[in-house]
Amino acid sequence: MMKHRGIAFKLIVLVMASVSVIFLAIFGYNYFYSRSLIVKHVEENAKNLARATVNRIDEVLLSIEQIPRNAACYLEITPHSASELEVLLGSLVSNNSEICGAAIAFEPYAFDVNTQRHAPYFYKDKSGGLLFADLGTDQYGYFFQDWYQIPKELEEPVWSEPYYDEGGGNIVMSTYSVPFFKREGNRRHLAGIITADISLSWLRSIVSSIRIGETGYGFVITRNGTFVAHPDSTLIMNETLFSLAEAHSDANLRKTGRDMIHGKSGFVPFRSTMTEKMCWMVYAPLKSSGWSIGVLFPQDELMADITRMNRTVILIGVVGFFFLFTVVILIAGTITKPLRLLAATARSIATGDLDIDVPTVATGDEVGELAHSFDHMKNSLKQYINDLTETTAAKERIESELKIAHDIQMGILPKVFPPFPDMPEFDLHALIEPAREVGGDLYDFFFLDDEHLCFHVGDVSGKGVPASLFMAITRTLIKTKAEKGITPEEILERVNRDLSIDNPSLLFVTLFLGILNIRTGELRYCNGGHNPPYLVRADGNAATLAMSGGMALGVMEDFVYQSKTVTLSEGDTIVVYTDGVTEAMNEKMDLFSDSRLEEAIMSLRSVPVQGLIEGILEKVKEFCHDVEQTDDITMLVIRFNG
Amino acid sequence: MKRSKIALIVGTAIFFAFMLPCAAVSGMPLLKTSFIPQWVPQAQFAGYYLALEKGIYRKHGIDLTIIPGGPANPPSDLLEKGGADFATLWLSTGIQLRARGVRVVNIAQMVRRSALMLIAKKSGGILRPRDVNGKKVGLWGPLFQIQPQAFFEKYDLDVTVVPQSFSVNLFLRDGVDVASAMWYNEYHTILNCGLDPEELTTFFFHEHGLNFPEDGIYVLEDTFLKNPELCRAFVAASIEGWFYAFEHPDETIAMVMRNLEEAHIPATAVHQKWMLERMKDLMLSDSTEDRSVGMLLPDEYHRVAMGLKSGGLIDTVPSFTSFYRGCFE
Repeated sequence: MMKHRGIAFKLIVLVMASVSVIFLAIFGYNYFYSRSLIVKHVEENAKNLARATVNRIDEVLLSIEQIPRNAACYLEITPHSASELEVLLGSLVSNNSEICGAAIAFEPYAFDVNTQRHAPYFYKDKSGGLLFADLGTDQYGYFFQDWYQIPKELEEPVWSEPYYDEGGGNIVMSTYSVPFFKREGNRRHLAGIITADISLSWLRSIVSSIRIGETGYGFVITRNGTFVAHPDSTLIMNETLFSLAEAHSDANLRKTGRDMIHGKSGFVPFRSTMTEKMCWMVYAPLKSSGWSIGVLFPQDELMADITRMNRTVILIGVVGFFFLFTVVILIAGTITKPLRLLAATARSIATGDLDIDVPTVATGDEVGELAHSFDHMKNSLKQYINDLTETTAAKERIESELKIAHDIQMGILPKVFPPFPDMPEFDLHALIEPAREVGGDLYDFFFLDDEHLCFHVGDVSGKGVPASLFMAITRTLIKTKAEKGITPEEILERVNRDLSIDNPSLLFVTLFLGILNIRTGELRYCNGGHNPPYLVRADGNAATLAMSGGMALGVMEDFVYQSKTVTLSEGDTIVVYTDGVTEAMNEKMDLFSDSRLEEAIMSLRSVPVQGLIEGILEKVKEFCHDVEQTDDITMLVIRFNG
Repeated sequence: MKRSKIALIVGTAIFFAFMLPCAAVSGMPLLKTSFIPQWVPQAQFAGYYLALEKGIYRKHGIDLTIIPGGPANPPSDLLEKGGADFATLWLSTGIQLRARGVRVVNIAQMVRRSALMLIAKKSGGILRPRDVNGKKVGLWGPLFQIQPQAFFEKYDLDVTVVPQSFSVNLFLRDGVDVASAMWYNEYHTILNCGLDPEELTTFFFHEHGLNFPEDGIYVLEDTFLKNPELCRAFVAASIEGWFYAFEHPDETIAMVMRNLEEAHIPATAVHQKWMLERMKDLMLSDSTEDRSVGMLLPDEYHRVAMGLKSGGLIDTVPSFTSFYRGCFE
């Protein structure tokens, strides 16, 4: 994705991605940490509130419990008449404001052997006046009422499930029933139940005073899960937490409800069935009745501060993100704009436009430095190219002059073959294959008189113009000195003398010079340090000509040369060459060598002279393959025809 | 030709579809009659109330008034004294009435399966019938004791019977080990007091060979003899009402809740829903046998009657044919 994008794009993407990751990490940490702090804080507060509320309720219920408990003790100790019981009950109700009714209900025939049911009941009417009722009627059948039957079967005090007061409108009541016993010897058996009724309206007001934020609330459920206090009054005495759970198909609610009715306390996440909001709920049991109180803390309200903070943090984050985005774009722009300009300039320069202005970057940073270096490079390049142009021009001029010199040099060698077509006595062919650089090989042939053909092949030491000039001089000198009747050694001596005088460059030339009598076939030759030519006899014998022991010309002024003589028969061939032939090199640095030359000559000995020379040259070139020729290759061949 | 034949059939069908109810409504005057269910207008009686509300009784030519039942209005009294023409009663109540000389007849046995059951807590160590031995068992009044007593006899159980009131608190507070319950009522109440089904052991009497059919429709023999058509129409409309109720539970529950609210009876929709579902189970449970809703089999009749007799609740067993006058198609 990033591969072919610009620096600006990469910079923006990477920077913004990194910044986003950092921001999210900070935000997430901040969110979860502050959230956990709040939850911890809420849990603590919730537990305190629940404890306080439980204590407030228990305080009332426990103090009420004491009243029938004390009365039960009293009833167990002494027997009582019906009127004494009524006084006791009446005062119990009228002296305790929380108690709105009380009964003493006896087991069958326990009060009086003749009476099955005895149950006096005192209660307060709406105005607070004390009223009496006899519960021992057939119709009421108190033996099977929960308030009687449950403590009887359990033989322990019990808070009844709350119930609506039959007469008194919507007052929810609960009855605390304490069994009392009669002792007969060591045995004791149930004598009856004494009860105290209390209205639960105060409990509802305590619970409804719990207000957590806007929507938090408290509720109380009984040991059956029935609502006794709840802001939604339609639930009270009607629904249980479990019927709500069933209606909402909320298994979690049922589980929490079971924990509550089993007297556990806890702090759990809880969805309010009333507000449908997620809350935290703290729940705790009442010590007295075993009922459970729950207080709901709406999460959204408690989280309002942190939510607001988070919203601000996100806003700052978003604004910051865009600010950073802009800044990065600007920075990326200032970096890449000159780079783009430089790139465009570089392209122009690459096409040869060295006069283009390099954009000035005044930033003083690396890009500025680059622009400066670039400008410097351009100027240097321009200067260099100017210099190069000049140099090249100069070189070209020199080369063209050298070429001319070379052409002149070559031009002075005889080039027309066969040179003497009207002379059947001999065939002559010569060839010079100049190297790229101007060399100093030379050959020539001419008649001294009607019978004597003078020919020579030479090789000037060194290369270039000096060698070339030296060669021209040598050739001219030979031509000048060779007069009728002169011997080869005389020519060499004279030429040597002239070359040796005023030879400041210390150049020298190896030279083979022969004079052939075309009538007799007698060849008189003199060798000045040159490669010995081959003599190939008509019968196929080939050998180098015996050396005359002379040294190269131009070295020793007074050197005395000696010549030798050999007589050619019909078909004999003389092959004269320069070291350009034998020292031609291939890519393996092997030399063509004398042996290869000899082989070539032998294989070509019967072909005409021109073919012989060209054949040798071909073999040399074949040997050298692609290696550049470093020295002039010169050959001269004479075949005597008798 | 073919097309006109089809048109004729369709036309005839439409004609009858419209004309039959119309004939019932317009052909003869609506018969005024009254009905009392044996308890408050809970889902146990949803079919009758729904049939009234949806005009099903009118469709069958009946102008019905439902007298609310409840503790203050024992239907047997009203039936006997002519305060109501139709009433629902338990089969055992019906037999008892007849044996006592009140000439009631059963014209449809609506609930054929017994919903009466015993419930115990597994935590109390009761998992099988024999575990009930030596335990305290809460039982309701005499009519509700016949099946339990037979159950105790069947499994040779010696138990302490504790009279049980209409609340289940005695059981919930462990005042008794085993409680009586109606499957459609108290059982669900116990579940909604926080006990899970897995924590409870249940003994359905119908699973122990002690199936006593429960709610049936009763009239005085005179009413039946004078106006068998009315009886048939009432039963047909009631059954139609019940099937409508089972097919439209939400509408039914809404109506039940409305009725209970009007009667100022605290109620929860989930409980009424449970009750309706269980009524469906109880009324439609034996569909495998060749019986329809309303049928009473002589075997079941005699099982209940003999139970009542051996329990000392009746002296003589009324004859099945005089007692049962099934009025349904």
